Amino acid sequence: MSEIGIALISVGIAFDLFGCIGLVRLPDVYNRLQAATKCVTLGTCMILIGVPFYVGLNAIGIKAILCAIFILLTSPTGAHALARGSHRSGVPLWEGSVGDRYKEDKEGGVVEEGA
Amino acid sequence: MWEIFFVVLAFSGLLCLYRVGAGPTAPDRTVAIDIFGTLVVGFCALLGIMEGRDFFLNIAIAWSLLSFLGTVALAKYLEGRGFDE
Repeated sequence: MSEIGIALISVGIAFDLFGCIGLVRLPDVYNRLQAATKCVTLGTCMILIGVPFYVGLNAIGIKAILCAIFILLTSPTGAHALARGSHRSGVPLWEGSVGDRYKEDKEGGVVEEGA
Repeated sequence: MWEIFFVVLAFSGLLCLYRVGAGPTAPDRTVAIDIFGTLVVGFCALLGIMEGRDFFLNIAIAWSLLSFLGTVALAKYLEGRGFDE
């Protein structure tokens, strides 16, 4: 069982590293948020799921499972709130972006209500 | 092997801290702080395995809760509204 745990922890740390490289390399706050949040959430959850495979179901393993469930619930919520807040505070998109569906949705909804 | 894990996680944290320092806008820094909090949770889990004690996982749970609260509060602040909506 400990080999499964070490494999899960290794893959999780690789995902953490790739997410942080995306946080540095990508050009825009929305691209950075998309890359970093998904990769780092999956990586940290894989580390925390690998802990009970390595140590067994004692206090450390059960707390790690609880922490993984908590991160899986809260991290996408925080990322969604951040994307909404940064779009409403007027952060511009990258000049190579091909569309802004949130802005179109807000403007189009107002026009349809007026007509 | 565990040394490699810790070194890779610390390097990821350094990349996050680079984005905290060099981010051109305030949401960049907020995103980087949120990601850094999630990395610290994984670091605490590895420390709990290494030391064989369970209070590191207590630190991890408390850190993830405080990181989530800080992220949501900063997002509401960026949105430009009051905190009670």
